[in-house]
Amino acid sequence: MNFWQLFSYAAWVISALLVAWMLADMISISKQYDEDFLMSSREGADELTDQ
Amino acid sequence: MSSSAASAAGEQRISMLKVLNPFHVWALGVGIVLVGEFMGWNFSVAKGGAYGALIACWVIGLLYTCVAMIDSEVTSTVAAAGGQYTQAKHIIGPLMAFNVGLYLVMAYTMLEAADALIVGDLMKSGAEALGYAGLNTQPFVVLTIAFLAWLNYRGVFMTLTLNFVITLVAFAAILVLFIGVDPLNPGTVLKHKELLTDLPYGWIGVVASLQFGMWYYLGIEGTCQAAEETRSAARSIPLGTMGGMMTLLVAATLTWYICTGLMPWQYLGQAYTPLYDAASLLGNPVLQVLLFVGTLFAAVASANGCINDASRAWFSLGRDRFMPGWFGAIHPRYRTPYRAIIFLIPIAVSFAFTGLLDQVITFSILSGLLGYTFMSINMVKFRKKWPLDSIKRGYVHPFHPIPAIVLFVLCSAVYFATFLGYGASLLAIMAFYIAASVWFTFRRYQFVKRADQFTMPWPRPKGY
Repeated sequence: MNFWQLFSYAAWVISALLVAWMLADMISISKQYDEDFLMSSREGADELTDQ
Repeated sequence: MSSSAASAAGEQRISMLKVLNPFHVWALGVGIVLVGEFMGWNFSVAKGGAYGALIACWVIGLLYTCVAMIDSEVTSTVAAAGGQYTQAKHIIGPLMAFNVGLYLVMAYTMLEAADALIVGDLMKSGAEALGYAGLNTQPFVVLTIAFLAWLNYRGVFMTLTLNFVITLVAFAAILVLFIGVDPLNPGTVLKHKELLTDLPYGWIGVVASLQFGMWYYLGIEGTCQAAEETRSAARSIPLGTMGGMMTLLVAATLTWYICTGLMPWQYLGQAYTPLYDAASLLGNPVLQVLLFVGTLFAAVASANGCINDASRAWFSLGRDRFMPGWFGAIHPRYRTPYRAIIFLIPIAVSFAFTGLLDQVITFSILSGLLGYTFMSINMVKFRKKWPLDSIKRGYVHPFHPIPAIVLFVLCSAVYFATFLGYGASLLAIMAFYIAASVWFTFRRYQFVKRADQFTMPWPRPKGY
């Protein structure tokens, strides 16, 4: 197995770890916070429109 | 938790962080686009010759200047994620808004897939140059999408700060190459006198080249998606967008000037990486490495910006229940639309794994073009419903309605150009959006919370 093959395997593994981390974090956030709170954002207003 | 929430009428509300400045807005817009200078624009040379490509560069530059002006004015009043989707929702109506939202998601996700494919191909080329042939590109395509999605998930400030740095390096690579071709002494390195020919396919070739002229600027309108996360959006978005458009006009013209002075149009029209080829022709290894890095950074910056924009558009569709409301959530720590970011990962990977770079890009361009066509109608309605004295604007574009009319005419010309080269793709994507509209009207609209859609503090429109 040469460097480039190892590099390819490393790319697969790192990708899987990143996606797994995001999925785990998403599930953990859903357990910790209320759905209504997570989806409570509203379209913003800017300083200029507030003047 | 309390620090991450905005209180409204006693209840806690979450919101995106307003942390971006005009440089981030510039980095978002130019970052998405600049890869088009490193590859793709040169297919216009194959259709219209070198002069045809220059005409396409400036005519499409005019189209995008109209887009930037119109976007800057409307977005300076709509400080909300979703960009053109939110504009359509407020100004025209739900069906147009749904379509525009879908155009945005499709355009950016497909462009992201194409960028990831380019990163994979560059890795393969790099491995070949170092003596290893046949590198599998798929792991690097997936890694590009996964890493950038992770970065976007973790926060917008770091995401667009990275985009600023790598976009600046990519732009600097073009400037250094320009200096490297000794522009003050024409004829020594650049051979325009010998290489520039008449229009090889006449004016119909010039019209056909318009479609590929879009590559110089496709995505600059994405700056609007940052409106909800930008400090003083009414000032920052116009500044970043117009600054980005000026940068792109300079970069596009320099790119054309360098490449057409070094390569005959027959070669340039089918080259894969024209700017890198130009550096190779100069025989300077430092310039070659710089242009390789510039091409790689431009592709990564583009994919990064596309993830940012596609996720904001999908999030906005979810927030208004145009799509399932579950996607309208904001991460309480990172303040990003995290569910939309994760949802779009497998879709981008699926597009990328088709490997059909030209088809994916064509669908992306067509989705963008449909969005620009809507903007001309949108602008006329916006000024009619809310005249200049009714809403405070951070930027007012001059010569209304000329930019809207010019935009509509140029979009029509590009549709014709696309029909000449990709008629089947044009009809297929039209059929897709018509089918999606039917689904939205008869199945989805019943779930939309109609009263909750309009939260901007705008006065009642004139005539209503």
